[in-house]
Amino acid sequence: MENDPIIAKLKELFKTGILEVTEKSQRRVIVTINPDSLLNIAAYLYKDAGYRFIIASAIHTKRGFEIHYHFSLDSAGLILNLHVILDRNNPEVESLSNMFNASNWIEREMHELFGINFINHPNQDKLISEGNWAEGVYPYRKEFKSISDEKE
Amino acid sequence: MSRKTLIPIGPYHPLQEEPELFKLYCDGEIVRDIQWVTGYNHRSIEKLSESKTYEQVFFLVERICGICSTSHPFAFANAVEEIAGIEPTDRAKYIRSIIGELERIHSHLLWVGLAGHFLGYNTVFMWAWKYREPVLDLFEMITGNRNSYAMFRVGGVRRDIESDKIAAIRKILADVKTKTDLLTGAVMDDPVIHSRLKGVGILTKQDVLDYGAVGPTARASGVAIDVRKDDPYAAYPLVDWKVITAPEGDVFAKAEVRLLEMYESISIIEQCLKGLEKEKEGDIMVKVNEIPEGIGHGRAEAPRGEVFHFVVSDGSNSPARHKIRAPSYVNIATFKKSCVGQTIADATITLAGVDPCYCCTERMAVVYDIHSGEKIMNARELIDRSIRRSQDLMEELKKSK
Repeated sequence: MENDPIIAKLKELFKTGILEVTEKSQRRVIVTINPDSLLNIAAYLYKDAGYRFIIASAIHTKRGFEIHYHFSLDSAGLILNLHVILDRNNPEVESLSNMFNASNWIEREMHELFGINFINHPNQDKLISEGNWAEGVYPYRKEFKSISDEKE
Repeated sequence: MSRKTLIPIGPYHPLQEEPELFKLYCDGEIVRDIQWVTGYNHRSIEKLSESKTYEQVFFLVERICGICSTSHPFAFANAVEEIAGIEPTDRAKYIRSIIGELERIHSHLLWVGLAGHFLGYNTVFMWAWKYREPVLDLFEMITGNRNSYAMFRVGGVRRDIESDKIAAIRKILADVKTKTDLLTGAVMDDPVIHSRLKGVGILTKQDVLDYGAVGPTARASGVAIDVRKDDPYAAYPLVDWKVITAPEGDVFAKAEVRLLEMYESISIIEQCLKGLEKEKEGDIMVKVNEIPEGIGHGRAEAPRGEVFHFVVSDGSNSPARHKIRAPSYVNIATFKKSCVGQTIADATITLAGVDPCYCCTERMAVVYDIHSGEKIMNARELIDRSIRRSQDLMEELKKSK
């Protein structure tokens, strides 16, 4: 496949950090990594390999909290997801916002909606529900029940 | 310590996904810091989407944005089709691209009008909006709606563009083209617009990469990213067009990129219409069975930049997770770079330059002094300040002639 050199290079640089590589297609690659190596791999993608940070998506699953960090290599039309799986009870991962500002808001948002803690984030204040939402209630978690859910 | 004045812009902004409040911290005339507050109208569409079927989500995401209402269904269709491995027919692809490009034209015309209004060129405002009207009429003819067109489905489009409509579309497009010539000429040749917009609100290439800015905001800083070209979808790989860029990064470059993009859009639509004529009428849907388990990434180039949808499917009939990133989410953050150091009069147009924030300025509350709480000026006066600056420049030009 076209992506072989990209993946081979990643595997060579971050032997221990990479847990699994899934090539969905030529333009979509998902790299599951150890959360501890997130900073190093993201730094390589952003600074050396010319990737652009699109956004990150958090998901609450049976495995705990998963985050897909979507990176785009525009010259190849490639989306590379750095996929981390975080602990269910204490979801915590290093913030990328000291490297690029693009992740600042989305990390604040994930902190607010999922209760994931981003270590060393410059400002984890609430982004969208400032002043009108209870502390410690995370509406995007699967166990969250809205008022209309409870009535049923 | 110097005294700083707080100027609130907002808190209601009807044109964007969410109403918002910009707090400009000013030292005299100069903006020293900017803060963004939002969430006034958070609709939790990502969460709502989890409770709807794939077919229903289209109507939901269409309502994220009123102006670029087709870009979200576009990206969502791309994401779901990626999960299911569906390839729409060529006819459906052409129709999708036609809708996408018509939307770009009317959105850019809207921006040009509002930018003109802020600079005190109310004629530009009236003209641009007048020329936008036939495009909306076209939408009504093709889709039945002037806005929120409800054209997209997984596997194709909901309505066909019948052959007898093609001539009417061509006629209106030709008309829009001559009007665009007029507007482009008016903007590019006007010395006051040059002095108001050149060198104002500069965003460097590095800033763009740092904040992940997209769309005309990035392209006007010399970063040639466009999903239509980089990660082609719909009919974009089947037609010939080019990505417009400008190196300067100021508001003028952003206006230039948008104006020139309209010509590309017109050319894309013309080529798509030719393509449509070759395809069999009515062949607009492929059969869709179940959406299997998996994840899908959908991208579409909206008028404001890349829309990104990430859909996780668990094999049921509704998404297990649906993440949406609108282009303004990353573009607004760049104000921290582009507005700081500007005068208040220039901040108005810099905030408008990214194309998210114009109506809010109309809604500006009252400016008050942080320390004394004393009222200083109201919304009208702030816009007047920007208009007055253009008028002063016109006077100066007249004198020097």
